Amino acid sequence: MTTLIYDGTFEGLLTAVFDVYAHKLGNVKLHQGEYLEGTLFDEKLHVVTDQTRAARVLKLLKLKLSTLGVQRLYAAHLAEIPGEDNNLLGFIRYAIDSPENIEEDYGNKYVMRISEIVRMVRREKHRMEAFIRFQKLRDGLFYAAIEPDFNVLPLLIKHFKSRYADMKWMIYDLRRKYGIYYDLHDTQFITLDFAESNRQTDIVAAYTEDENMYQHLWKNYFKSVNIASRKNTKLHVRHIPKRYWKHLTEKI
Amino acid sequence: MLKILVFLNCMDADRITEKLNILADAAKYDVSCASSGSKRKNENKGLGNASNGICHSYTEDGRCVSLLKILLTNHCIFDCAYCVSRKSNDIQRAAFTVQEVVDLTINFYRRNYIEGLFLSSGIFKDADFTMERLVRVAKKLRLEHNFHGYIHLKSIPGASDELMNEAGLYADRLSVNLEMPTEAGLKLLAPDKSHQDMIKPMSYLKNAIIQHTEEKKLFKKAPMFAPAGQSTQVIIGATPEDDNQILHSANYFYKSFKLRRVYYSGYVPVLEDSRLPALNTSVPMVRENRLYQADWLMRNYGFHVSEIVNNQQPHLDLDIDPKLSWAIRNMHEFPVDVNRADLKMILRVPGIGILSAQKIVSARKFGKLNWEHLKRMGVSVNRAKYFITCQSKEFERRDLTGSAIKQFILATSHSKYNKNVPTQLNLF
Repeated sequence: MTTLIYDGTFEGLLTAVFDVYAHKLGNVKLHQGEYLEGTLFDEKLHVVTDQTRAARVLKLLKLKLSTLGVQRLYAAHLAEIPGEDNNLLGFIRYAIDSPENIEEDYGNKYVMRISEIVRMVRREKHRMEAFIRFQKLRDGLFYAAIEPDFNVLPLLIKHFKSRYADMKWMIYDLRRKYGIYYDLHDTQFITLDFAESNRQTDIVAAYTEDENMYQHLWKNYFKSVNIASRKNTKLHVRHIPKRYWKHLTEKI
Repeated sequence: MLKILVFLNCMDADRITEKLNILADAAKYDVSCASSGSKRKNENKGLGNASNGICHSYTEDGRCVSLLKILLTNHCIFDCAYCVSRKSNDIQRAAFTVQEVVDLTINFYRRNYIEGLFLSSGIFKDADFTMERLVRVAKKLRLEHNFHGYIHLKSIPGASDELMNEAGLYADRLSVNLEMPTEAGLKLLAPDKSHQDMIKPMSYLKNAIIQHTEEKKLFKKAPMFAPAGQSTQVIIGATPEDDNQILHSANYFYKSFKLRRVYYSGYVPVLEDSRLPALNTSVPMVRENRLYQADWLMRNYGFHVSEIVNNQQPHLDLDIDPKLSWAIRNMHEFPVDVNRADLKMILRVPGIGILSAQKIVSARKFGKLNWEHLKRMGVSVNRAKYFITCQSKEFERRDLTGSAIKQFILATSHSKYNKNVPTQLNLF
């Protein structure tokens, strides 16, 4: 058993795959981070992320999988779900070792697991597309804060860029402390540097004059469309789990 | 001066809030919330697009909130017994201006509250007058505000073909509500209306949609015409039609008018009327749910309507879903070997949905599937196990009758409607 230690990036993962084949390693475990304690008897190998090697592996994967298959693998990696490294590696090795495209072999445990991860990530992405609430600030910027379960912000760019093409907007992931900003031409990743505690009050202070009115109208609308005689709280909470409520205007 | 302006602004906000409350409340019994099925793209750096549909929120009764669903006005010249806005009902009346609806839509859309607008209306003055206002809202959104979000307009029966044509050019979806599943039911509750009036705009639009789709094939630049098609709604439980009549009527409209969706709205008793169920009657939610399940079987699972309901079987089972119900009436079709059967038959197995059926068919090319595989693919094995075999020595060997299977499944599953069941059992 060899433990490969890599930096957690997609290029790092692909370089690790390169090393597995270069050193003809059979039984391997993948570990994210810099150090690894307590594996005295295992062999350890540090993966040095290498763009060229990563690119070679990616090229091979593009031959073995469909375009969609490669995208799905990337989305699964992006999710950053702890402990899934070995499933990603397993999937890639299975894809490379098989003569034909295996991405629909749901009987295989790696293929199935990747498909489950992708489903979770897609659902989170879809939820963000639904639950993001922009607040209009005085300088014309539409701002939204999110705290998604997985790192889906990069997957949101396309949707919001094509939808809100005529306004400046920013979506900020409070949990991962970075955001995307659209300036009417392009989007870029940004980090904001302000204290956690007074953030929301800062935002409220910067509202345009009609922001409160539209929030109020929306809350009212939400109440008006409810049909009391059909109340079904269980269904309601299944659709909007409580952890999303604090950023939803109508649930605050 | 500034103070006066602020004051006026407040007045305005209060008045709009009041109107929104009244006109959203009156519109909520229209159950359609779909914002999918269109393919409108954002053009010229405008605002919005419409494609797959997103539910931006859910009401406390668990329904999707996707569109700003409002009436332009709840003033109405008709007196339909089932409708809150009927002429003789003593309620608060209100009306939006065209500009107010446009502002609300744009501002809600920019904040990502909604996918677009669903605009309906009571009939004021006459059909053309009303339809003209609805069209004007859509036109203003599209032409003046470069808005490409989703717009659903009601087609008002009796409106001129010119207006219907214009509506199709600006809206993504149009709908006429049939209200009651049969003409007799409609005559009972809305003597002024007839299905014939509703069929007229429906068939005009059907033909216009076909024509525009043909043009679009020839000229890429040809304008879109109601790209999300037409839908309709029937109210169930207000009149005595059985499920057989309702589903056959729905099937007729799907086939003859190429409707995208038929919505079934369980009657919510809001009005005292001798022709209607009493005010304390509960909403037929289970029945409504079963009708939707049957509708999906017809549209997506390859079932013919008469396999689900017919003269021998005029009602859908309330305690089990229509697919399971069909399966236990047709035990001679089972068991199905998931490793060999074609997709069409796998789709008919209770406990297997469209996604897992497709996964099964893809995955079995690589190797035979067993129970563990099926479970991970999302098959509800608890149900499916009575109807399938797979790569395993374990399978249902007893020659169970349909009713025995029903008992086994009911005993192990917890229906979300359990609390409703006792009252129904008391009837027998």
